[in-house]
Amino acid sequence: MYETTYHRPSSVEEAAALFAKGSEAKYLAGGHTLIPVMKQRLAAPSDVIDLGKIKDLIGVDVSSDAVTIKAATTHSDVAQSGPAQKAIPALAYLASLIGDPAVRHRGTIGGSIANNDPAADYPAAVLALGATVKTNKRTISADDFFKGLFATALADGEIITAVTFPIPAKAGYAKFLHPASRFALTGVFVAKTKAGDVRVAATGASQNGVMRVPAIEAALKANWSAAALDGVNISADGLMSDIHGSSDYRANLIKVMAQRAVTAAG
Amino acid sequence: MGVEGIGASVVRKEDRRFTTGKGRYVDDIKLMGMTHAQFVRSPHAHAKVKSIDTSAAMKMPGVVAVLTGQQIVDDKVGNLICGWAITSKDGTPMKMGAWPAMAPETVRFVGQAVAVVIAETKNQAKDAAEAVVVDYEELPAAADIRAAIKPGAPQLHPEAPGNVIYDWTIGDEAATDAAFKSAANVVSLDITNNRLVPNAMEPRAAIGDYNEAEEHFTLYTTSQNPHVARLVLSAFYNIAPEHKLRVVAPDVGGGFGSKIFIYPEEMVALWASKKVGRPVKWTGDRSEAFLTDAHGRDHLTKAELALDAGNKITGLRVKTYANLGAYMSLFSSSVPTYLYATLLSGQYNIPNIFAEVISVYTNTTPVDAYRGAGRPEASFVVERLLETAARQLKVDPAELRRKNFITTFPHQTPVIMAYDVGDFGASLDAAMKAIDYAGFAGRKAKAKSEGKLRGIGLSCYIEACGIAPSKAVGSLGAGVGLWESAEVRVNPVGTIEILTGSHSHGQGHETTFCQLVAERLGVPISQVQIVHGDTDKVQFGMGTYGSRSAAVGLTAILKAMEKVESKAKKIAAHQLEASENDIVIEGGMFKVAGTDKSIALPMVALAAYTAHNLPDGMEPGLKEGAFYDPTNFTFPAGAYICELEVDSATGKTSFVNFVAADDFGRLINPMIVEGQVHGGLAQGIGQALLEGAVYDSSGQLVTASFMDYTMPRADDLPSFKLNHTTTLCPGNPLGVKGCGEAGAIGASAAVINAITDAIGNNKLEMPATPDRVWHAIHG
Ligand SMILES: Cc1cc2nc3c(=O)[nH]c(=O)nc-3n(C[C@H](O)[C@H](O)[C@H](O)COP(=O)(O)OP(=O)(O)OC[C@H]3O[C@@H](n4cnc5c(N)ncnc54)[C@H](O)[C@@H]3O)c2cc1C
Repeated sequence: MYETTYHRPSSVEEAAALFAKGSEAKYLAGGHTLIPVMKQRLAAPSDVIDLGKIKDLIGVDVSSDAVTIKAATTHSDVAQSGPAQKAIPALAYLASLIGDPAVRHRGTIGGSIANNDPAADYPAAVLALGATVKTNKRTISADDFFKGLFATALADGEIITAVTFPIPAKAGYAKFLHPASRFALTGVFVAKTKAGDVRVAATGASQNGVMRVPAIEAALKANWSAAALDGVNISADGLMSDIHGSSDYRANLIKVMAQRAVTAAG
Repeated sequence: MGVEGIGASVVRKEDRRFTTGKGRYVDDIKLMGMTHAQFVRSPHAHAKVKSIDTSAAMKMPGVVAVLTGQQIVDDKVGNLICGWAITSKDGTPMKMGAWPAMAPETVRFVGQAVAVVIAETKNQAKDAAEAVVVDYEELPAAADIRAAIKPGAPQLHPEAPGNVIYDWTIGDEAATDAAFKSAANVVSLDITNNRLVPNAMEPRAAIGDYNEAEEHFTLYTTSQNPHVARLVLSAFYNIAPEHKLRVVAPDVGGGFGSKIFIYPEEMVALWASKKVGRPVKWTGDRSEAFLTDAHGRDHLTKAELALDAGNKITGLRVKTYANLGAYMSLFSSSVPTYLYATLLSGQYNIPNIFAEVISVYTNTTPVDAYRGAGRPEASFVVERLLETAARQLKVDPAELRRKNFITTFPHQTPVIMAYDVGDFGASLDAAMKAIDYAGFAGRKAKAKSEGKLRGIGLSCYIEACGIAPSKAVGSLGAGVGLWESAEVRVNPVGTIEILTGSHSHGQGHETTFCQLVAERLGVPISQVQIVHGDTDKVQFGMGTYGSRSAAVGLTAILKAMEKVESKAKKIAAHQLEASENDIVIEGGMFKVAGTDKSIALPMVALAAYTAHNLPDGMEPGLKEGAFYDPTNFTFPAGAYICELEVDSATGKTSFVNFVAADDFGRLINPMIVEGQVHGGLAQGIGQALLEGAVYDSSGQLVTASFMDYTMPRADDLPSFKLNHTTTLCPGNPLGVKGCGEAGAIGASAAVINAITDAIGNNKLEMPATPDRVWHAIHG
């Protein structure tokens, strides 16, 4: 690791001010992405600004129509939140599948979606549930937030403060584990909104990161059942292909995981 | 056996320090004035080193020295050696290219060191290593066997034209060809034995410490065999003469073969400590472990089996290409030859066997012994062939095996090995019973009705262990003898120290070796200390690998014990005014049989050391040593059966059951044996389902971290059901055979046989990832 200066602000404003002062500052949340790359000397921030102790950034709020997860809330806290489990069980379940206990007790939703790893779990829920991402500057809709591999709509220095998920009528998540990393080799989140709209997002599959799957959305809109997807054909074009899964295998997984997610959603 | 004697599942003495973080590993050692090394490593698989500019690095904070490959050559440090000479079928010796500890001219694999930075702190060394400017001229790379042997392939070493190191054969080719000509049925298979990264929990580390006044070196290192390291470093690498070099291998966190070898980093740490006049520490990180620890396996094989009309095997023919990587590591040449092809008879009576093994250089990390070393590859070939034959002939795989089992012993195979004893039918019976083999068809049908693909797979392995008889291995080209030594010291107060040349890096010697003493003398194991891993303390030793510590190392201790007991009995008889022949040892007492006269061990020991009243002419003291060299290998064998289900929609495999029935001869500590089998099975299953080192065509290691290299985790594995059948090994007085590698040798074939049974397609390579299994099902 290269030398860096560590800061522990107590408010979002202080964090943003520290960021502006640093020559090449980085926010730190759970550190489960940032610290490994720093240890490998692949990142060399001048300043590390820890958001993890800012009280306003921690917690899960549930209202009658939405679940709001503040940005520095750990995966473990989401997975174990009773109100979240009740309001959107698929979301709490997704959080419980991330990494291992150590990862879940450090990693945060803000870090996860800011990083936008193409195989991360949360982006699938954010996109499928049509969540909104709140920052210290604005509100960004899920459809506008993810911009491809490790890229988001966030401006330099912009801080995610919370993510608000509308409570759906039904939702389910099915994840096929990457054998080595245990990220999603392919994970599919399906959601039926209270208005009857269907949104489906797949992670781990596309070369461009998390994506909606229109063919599955259409089929499920017509008939919300696993069987409705039997005849759906997912193209392998644009999907990732590596030693753990070829693109046609991932195309298959999108369909199979979607079916299992629908079954789980009920 | 007593509560702590042979056969008792005594809790491991060493675990208290390991489980409380009190182990003392090389990286825990901090010497006065110690500096830290960081290697500058090649990012290219094959390149000329045109120049190295160290001037900027030298000016960095804390830098003590920057040393290059040219300096190590100028100082006449020897090239790395390969300790087993193999002769090609045309009579020529193996063709070995030079391997300097740091590359002065050419790099041949990603991660090969070209220079080292020595600095006050590790971080300063890392900073400065980035400032070393190496000008490389990239050369085309041959990243796998096929690329290395094709016409016009990049040439790695001038010594080895076409990248072929040797083309070696074993067995009778003409007789085997004739068996195939007259065969009623022939079964053939193309097999890839996937390349593995050992990944011991503790990465390699070394500290070189030169004492100028004494002209004496100490090397602390992560070694499975510190005496062998000392021998090689002094006799071949010219760094220090043997009597001026102490090698210490303290607690070592796993080896699996990868810490047998003497690596460039250890050589450099030792050599550099003299150059800079201060201790030099290098601790590898996980990335360096992936790139530079010797890898395992990596064979391409065509295997054929000939059978007569009665389904008796009449011949086995094998052609294997073995990838040895960019350089020949210490025992690399022996692994795909004498440790592999000599086991191709498996548990079967096969009258004719012929094998050809062609070892090649590639632009990859060197490949050498890894848990099982050659024997897993052989067992996989034989057991995949047997299963395939059963399917082709439409006979029960267990019956086909049984029909061909060797049933009389000793049995001379056509490929050198003379099996001393075994009961293969008994192991197979035990395994079949444990898994309810008879009920499988019903279970499969039920699974099918629930939309699941269920399969069962057998594997009847045999291995040659206790890697051993010096004369035999010498005649086959080994550069060392493979005996073991021990010293038993009874202290004046009657406590006991056992000095052994075996090295424990997870095996539990500190417990099992004490159990022998408890068994013989009836003293508690708390009174016994096992001393190992330090060439200044232990007389000599060949170390731990090839499941040899019990069969060879413990037998050496037994031999020394017998000498100690004999002398102690003489002293006791003298003290008790009885005849030496009447003395029996029981519960730590020397008793005159049939009387109530006795004297306790501490009193005998005290008498030996006060020497006030010893038999005439007897030397004082109670300490004896022994060297033990067995007459044969040992032959652990067993049967593994795996039952599993495959999810045809995703290709994912789930275990239903995995049973083992091993014959290890006498068990010293059944609990420790179970642990060894569990670990071995995990590695065998890991190879079958999960692990695989992959290089891209340019020679970059794609699986260079745990994010891409799938290490087995607890939830990847079934709960094992272990059974034992026992035939005592006649080759050593304890009747032990060794258990360290069995699981890794036998498990992978059982898993692949089960998956291919489940999916009804025999074409499946390891690791059988969900992606591969799904493609095998759906095309
Ligand atoms: C072994 C391991 C296994 C894992 N397995 C999984 C898995 O199965 N599924 C999965 O989805 N993930 C997985 N992860 C990722 C992990 O769960 C975290 O989500 C991820 O590391 C990022 O979250 P973090 O809080 O650790 O962020 P950090 O590493 O602290 O930060 C990541 C990036 O986000 C930025 N950032 C952090 N917070 C904010 C914010 N509030 N606003 C703006 N930018 C911010 C940082 O500056 C940095 O660039 C795994 C990680 C590890 C180490």
